[in-house]
Amino acid sequence: MSKTDFDIIVVGGGPGGYVAALRAAQLGLSAAVVEARHLGGICLNWGCIPTKALLRASEINHLLHDLGSYGFSAEKVSFDFPKIIARSRAVSKQLSSGVAHLLKKAKVPVFEGYGKLDGVTGSKRKVLVTPEKGDAVSLTAKHVILATGARARTLPGLEPDGKLVWSYREALVPDALPRRLLVIGSGAIGSEFASFYRNMGSEVTLVEVAPRILPVEDEDISALARKAFEKQGIRVLTSAKIGALRKTDTDVTVPVEVNGKTEEFTVDRVISAVGIVGNIENIGLEGTKIKTDRTHVVTDALCRTGEPGVYAIGDLAGAPWLAHKASHEAVMCVEAIAGKTVHPIDPTKIPGCTYCRPQIASVGYTEARAKEAGYTVRVGKFPLVANGKALAMGEPDGLVKTVFDAATGELLGAHMIGAEVTEMIQGYVIARTGELTEAELAETIFPHPTISESMHEAVLAAYDGALHF
Amino acid sequence: MAIEVLMPALSPTMTEGTLARWVKAEGDKIAIGDVIAEIETDKATMEVEAVEEGILGRILVPEGTQEVAVNTPIGILVAEGESVPEAGAVKPQAQKAEAPAAQPAATPAAPAASAAPAAAAPTGKRIIASPLAKRIASQKGLDLSRIKGTGPHGRIIRRDVENASVQATAVAPAVTAAVAPAPASRSVPHSSMRKVIARRLSEAKSTIPHFYVSVDVELDALLALRTQLNATSPAEGPDAFKLSVNDMLVKAAAIALKRVPNVNASFTDEAMILHESADISIAVSIPDGLITPILKHAERKSLKEISQETKDLVKRARAGKLKPEEFQGGTFSISNMGMYGVRDFSAIINPPQAAILAIAAGKKQPVVKGNELAIATVMTVTLSVDHRVVDGAVAAEWLSAFRSVVESPLTLVV
Repeated sequence: MSKTDFDIIVVGGGPGGYVAALRAAQLGLSAAVVEARHLGGICLNWGCIPTKALLRASEINHLLHDLGSYGFSAEKVSFDFPKIIARSRAVSKQLSSGVAHLLKKAKVPVFEGYGKLDGVTGSKRKVLVTPEKGDAVSLTAKHVILATGARARTLPGLEPDGKLVWSYREALVPDALPRRLLVIGSGAIGSEFASFYRNMGSEVTLVEVAPRILPVEDEDISALARKAFEKQGIRVLTSAKIGALRKTDTDVTVPVEVNGKTEEFTVDRVISAVGIVGNIENIGLEGTKIKTDRTHVVTDALCRTGEPGVYAIGDLAGAPWLAHKASHEAVMCVEAIAGKTVHPIDPTKIPGCTYCRPQIASVGYTEARAKEAGYTVRVGKFPLVANGKALAMGEPDGLVKTVFDAATGELLGAHMIGAEVTEMIQGYVIARTGELTEAELAETIFPHPTISESMHEAVLAAYDGALHF
Repeated sequence: MAIEVLMPALSPTMTEGTLARWVKAEGDKIAIGDVIAEIETDKATMEVEAVEEGILGRILVPEGTQEVAVNTPIGILVAEGESVPEAGAVKPQAQKAEAPAAQPAATPAAPAASAAPAAAAPTGKRIIASPLAKRIASQKGLDLSRIKGTGPHGRIIRRDVENASVQATAVAPAVTAAVAPAPASRSVPHSSMRKVIARRLSEAKSTIPHFYVSVDVELDALLALRTQLNATSPAEGPDAFKLSVNDMLVKAAAIALKRVPNVNASFTDEAMILHESADISIAVSIPDGLITPILKHAERKSLKEISQETKDLVKRARAGKLKPEEFQGGTFSISNMGMYGVRDFSAIINPPQAAILAIAAGKKQPVVKGNELAIATVMTVTLSVDHRVVDGAVAAEWLSAFRSVVESPLTLVV
């Protein structure tokens, strides 16, 4: 009989759960992971990673159709769509088995099945693991970390049907490229799918209920993203309301109302990307002191729930729904359990990235939110068209924007759109985490020629003025 | 050429001081090395020496001025016959202060302004703070050295500065009393030392979980040994000595610290720091407060060395002439109020140390030896202990070691 008592049991094997178990093992604690389906969670299997594989393919397709601007000519450029999808799946599979290997190396057992809080025995908590097949297993631990993640929100009338109306899951494994596509919701997920399918050649309509796309981003960034999308041929509708869908066997007609005028779109597929809800059901919260708010578990700054010894991390514990937030909470939560000094997460220091074309990345306060919070701001902007490397790359569309507190020089936020910005945002995140001011950023030497020089220029622009614009 | 004399930094962390006294008056001729003024900092008074010659043309900061920021011009030196210009129109003078932390010596003939006195901090304890925390602190007038950092490795971050109370940490607090004193009372502005005592002891008593263990110790054997040893001293000359009871108790404490080394320790968030040498801080009362000169490596020193060194330290402590290194640090403290006849008392730990020994008066008392009543000289000592570092049994063990040394005092001389 294998071991069933642990210091920590993690329910959920995503980027929150498996990282929690790895960190626990590093600190000499015994840990186990309970996972029903895929190690690596949504992120590795149905989210961050497979979409990046698809977006890479669509970027290549875009370049192949833009070869002329680099002096190339090619004929009969084509692609095999199932192979592109297969590559995306292969990347996910490779990473998921990588996680299994890491856990094995750390001697963390993985119990396959659905984990559920199941009361206490003595000073320990019980977790019942119910596999898809076979008998349930009862485990015990001093600490239980809930990391069951989240799933797509469904709106009445927009429920994914697996055929004509897709969630992210069907959108990741289509059998064929839809000729006409309508994407509902322009957050990171909706914008990425709109970008992927448009760059693969679909006719794409992007519909957003808010007055602008990517509504959590800075207004300047939203405006530039919209401009870039429209230039690529995506039809963008904002402040839009969806009417009742009319389905046939092969297509869907979607009435979209903007400013009181309704336009009907007949498309082959609809992607519903209208948000995320936490997986709070069937994990044994009933009858405990654990509180929930709408669809997430309420925790304190150290991820503790209302029940001693039970913690919640990642998407289950609420926004922002980001893998790196989940992983960071995992480490913090486990270190706190191990008695180490930890530092609670400041949400304004968590970067967010969207991998549409052009890419978008940001951290901290937008200009509007900084003003709402009462700051007097200094704003710097630098367009990539003035950056040598961006021009050389043939990627002149983009902007870097900084928001500083005029009183203290604190970098309140940074917002970027353009090529490679998702790889660059961490520079500003370090600055925010390390509490650097404009002075240290201005004194930092950025390498030439890089797109990152525009980050330096955007700092200078907020103060004495950019040198190259 | 006229030269400004600047307020020197007498220690690396000094940001302000009191200009206690002008030794020279306006119009006095100044030679290199002359003491021109005395500066009082937190715990010591130090002399400012001239490194240029000339005439003290003007005193810019009158004596008795408190909280003069480092590098403020305090006076102007002029050449003989030269008229005295306004402040600000002249170059600062390189200075030499009688402080170990100040730059060892810009050569006396060094050109003016070649050595910035404030920059001379070769051994200072670096304050680790984020750039943003530093900027906000300077905007709010907060002294970072008084703020506890909660960031990684104790780094001071924005939150710490924003949470810091202005009153507790202000570089230059308002002198005016917020509450008007009642007619029969009078308000005495705090000396720098009083502020430091208030801050350090409040912090110690409120953040360190103290507990106290007392034991009675018989002194007769130690007193007899002292008489014998003192009889061996030459009547006068450099080798003459007169051991005090306190000297012997310092040595006894040092020996006990070697026997129970876990008491010779400091608590930090990450680890318990165990100290190799027994550097014993001796509480000395001085007119406006108290100071704790340190007898370093007490475990290695003979009673005679301890006695002579303590006498020198106490004398200089009372004169306000200790160097910062002579009163900052230490691994264990002793506070002796035996001379006041107190029966017993408990002391507040001097952080980052883990313990302090409070010594009360020795008194003749009836004691029971075997089944007989006898008379012995008994004193009560109380060890105040930081429970984060030292547990009860260890504290008791230490006191037992101390008592055994005092009651069998030949250990002190072997």
